[in-house]
Amino acid sequence: MKLYFHYLSLHIRERMEYKKSFLLNLIGQFLGSFSAFLSVCFMFSRFHTVQGFTFSQVLLSFSVVLMAFSLSECFFRGFDVFSTMIGNGEFDRVLVRPRSTVFLVICSKLQLDRLSRMLQALVMLGYALPRCGVEWTLPRVGVLIMMIGCGMVVFCCLFICGATLSFFTIESIEIINIFTDGAREFGAYPFAVYGKGVLRLLTFVVPLACFQYWPMLWLMQPDSPLFYAFCPLLSLLFVIPVSLLWRLGVRKYCSTGS
Amino acid sequence: MIEVEHLCKTFTVSRRDAGMKQALGALFRREKETIRALDDVSFRIEDGEMVGYIGPNGAGKSSTIKVMSGILTPDSGNCRINGLVPWKQRKEHVSRIGVVFGSRSQLWWDIPVTDSFALLRDIYRIPDDVYHKNLSRLTEMLSLQQILRTPARQLSLGQRMRCEIAASLLHDPAVLFLDEPTIGLDAVSKLAVRDFIRQLNREKATTIILTTHDMQDIEALAGRIILIGKGKILMDGDTGQLSRQLSPSRTVRVSVRRFADIPLPQGVQLIEKRGEEGGQLIFSVDTEKVPIPQLISLLSAHLEMYDLSVENVSMDELVLSLYRKYQI
Amino acid sequence: MEKTNALGQYLTLFRIRFIAGLQYRAAALAGIMTQFAWGGMTVLLYRAFYQSDPAAFPQSFEAMCSYIWIQQAFLAIFMVWGLDPEPFELIKSGNIAYELCRPVNIYWMWFVKSAATRLAKAVLRCMPILIFALLLPRPYRLVLPDGGRLVLFIVSLLLALINIVAFTLLIYISTFYTLDSTGLRSLMSTLAEFLSGGLIPLPFFPESFQKVLSLFPFAGMENTPLQLYNGTMAGMDAAFGIGMQVLWAGIMIGTGAVWMRSALKNVVAQGG
Repeated sequence: MKLYFHYLSLHIRERMEYKKSFLLNLIGQFLGSFSAFLSVCFMFSRFHTVQGFTFSQVLLSFSVVLMAFSLSECFFRGFDVFSTMIGNGEFDRVLVRPRSTVFLVICSKLQLDRLSRMLQALVMLGYALPRCGVEWTLPRVGVLIMMIGCGMVVFCCLFICGATLSFFTIESIEIINIFTDGAREFGAYPFAVYGKGVLRLLTFVVPLACFQYWPMLWLMQPDSPLFYAFCPLLSLLFVIPVSLLWRLGVRKYCSTGS
Repeated sequence: MIEVEHLCKTFTVSRRDAGMKQALGALFRREKETIRALDDVSFRIEDGEMVGYIGPNGAGKSSTIKVMSGILTPDSGNCRINGLVPWKQRKEHVSRIGVVFGSRSQLWWDIPVTDSFALLRDIYRIPDDVYHKNLSRLTEMLSLQQILRTPARQLSLGQRMRCEIAASLLHDPAVLFLDEPTIGLDAVSKLAVRDFIRQLNREKATTIILTTHDMQDIEALAGRIILIGKGKILMDGDTGQLSRQLSPSRTVRVSVRRFADIPLPQGVQLIEKRGEEGGQLIFSVDTEKVPIPQLISLLSAHLEMYDLSVENVSMDELVLSLYRKYQI
Repeated sequence: MEKTNALGQYLTLFRIRFIAGLQYRAAALAGIMTQFAWGGMTVLLYRAFYQSDPAAFPQSFEAMCSYIWIQQAFLAIFMVWGLDPEPFELIKSGNIAYELCRPVNIYWMWFVKSAATRLAKAVLRCMPILIFALLLPRPYRLVLPDGGRLVLFIVSLLLALINIVAFTLLIYISTFYTLDSTGLRSLMSTLAEFLSGGLIPLPFFPESFQKVLSLFPFAGMENTPLQLYNGTMAGMDAAFGIGMQVLWAGIMIGTGAVWMRSALKNVVAQGG
């Protein structure tokens, strides 16, 4: 952990060497998530509800997803540049260090520019919390925090998945975008609006709904099963297949050297 | 001690010819080709040895280095470095070795070199006292005082390479792999790097394995060379023995005030005569038949010489003739 | 004579990009699948809205689906953010000097290069998506328009390509003045994406916004061809839309060419 903070401080100092670009990037990123927010606003000025969800409820789910995503992106998206690390041999360097490969790759890049997304998420959360019709008791706040925390882990796993793909082919990593950037975009709405099939997929295969739709149901409808509140913890199981996949990828890299 | 036994490694690469038709065809079917990068490679390196590992591009040098540094897993064969198998006990192994990739950097581009070093201290969990001791020793040996506070992007290539080498030695590795450490450096920097490597080997008895295309590196550093070509070890021996074995002939140049007839023994040939009355004579000598001292005393008996030089075959030519001999 | 020669150069450029695209078949396949999944999710999202309040939907659900599939099929053309990193590198590293030595107009060379990249990618990827979308069941499928509309669509699509490329060139040229352009790049491309209807189609914007946006160049980058395709833009609207595309293409290309010239002078002055 101490090493992680060491990396963090170096990244911050490095980024501060180019302050102007950093600032513009912050604005650009903010505009990106702001335009997604505007889209939701425009849709609701026309439709008012979608599948029974109100504007504030949608904003709640949006901000949870965006918050989880931006936290994860900010601190764990070293995997984003992973295909270049493989391409230029930087990963060889990782392999000659006496530390966990996942850890070193995480540390290799921190995208502080993405902090502005988090700001957007905070603003939305601030707007949605008092308006979404949930009475915020301590356990409910706890569940909300759990949703964000577990969401961060799930997104981190997805980034690792994408990186693992580049062990096998440097070409097809685009496909993971459906679950990372796609989840961010489509996660603006509770996943139930996409129909039962999608909801099932996002519950049992890629557990995105586990930290968004199901616990939110529990927050909004106090009579729904208590089990829903603990769904975020279930999503943590996703770590197991992902870490196995990663190990497989590293072994493959070591046996082909490319 | 490094023991490498019967390492084998094959790669598959796909190929495609140029052109639109071939590109369309390749959508459905691709030609595969297998390359034997390592083919039954075995050698043994004792503690404290300095070994030059040479061969043309694509001969299998970097594959071997990668196997020995735990990056690559071989198809078959064995490798033990100080009792550890690199690809099985990777973390333990790599904390005891240092690796310098000449063409890549491990320093942070935009921040001062000391900060990169401090990070390495945390990565390798180097105790504070050891770190400071090593850092000050390396700073002195590589004369880094002036450049430690500079961001890596502002360093010259030579300065950066010195920092790279220091970075790989902070944790006191027993074995150091140098992959083309002098590539792209100017003459002064090359000399500095070579001096340092020699000193390191002498003082700390660090085992050093060096790959390079610069034969002066080999000449200056390695007592022993291993030649690899097409994945096979072709030769393994010390440099002097190598040059004797390869070409027993030497070139001798003498400058004289006045030419005179000399009875040349068998094995000595006059190649060239420059000048009218006096000037330069160039002989080629087969040292197995006529040792150099014998030739010199013969010449000085007949000629009034004011300069004499004996030329070795250069390392470059030597390696070239080796490559030719083994057809690689 | 000279003209055919130049045309030949540009065709070669296109061919190279196309072959390069073919070489990465796994990438193409992954891209197609990604876009298909993306399109599918978008369709499902709009279905949810449609079911919630069909009356508020600005067009028929079928037309919406066609809109989405065409958008995905030609995404390579529409995505403003898909910028070629090469010009940025050239400018940043100063290697732009080499480009200046070549006997071609650098503005048009970059123009053709960007256009060729986008078009080659789109040609490579559109077919599987179009075929899939045509085979889907009734409300979700892509509907083929009649001949006249198809022609209008293709004309407008090419105009959109020109508009987008001209716009991206303006971003490239601005790099001459800022050097590190990542911030500006992400800012401009998100703006263009949103205002051209890349996130939600322009008809879903509030009325007043729509009126203003139809005057901006962004509408012509994506919205106009798509709405021409699904028939929600016809008659006078269509003529106006295409007219705006032509107008903005002219303005942006003119500005870009002039700006490029003065930017290059700047570079030469700097180089000393």
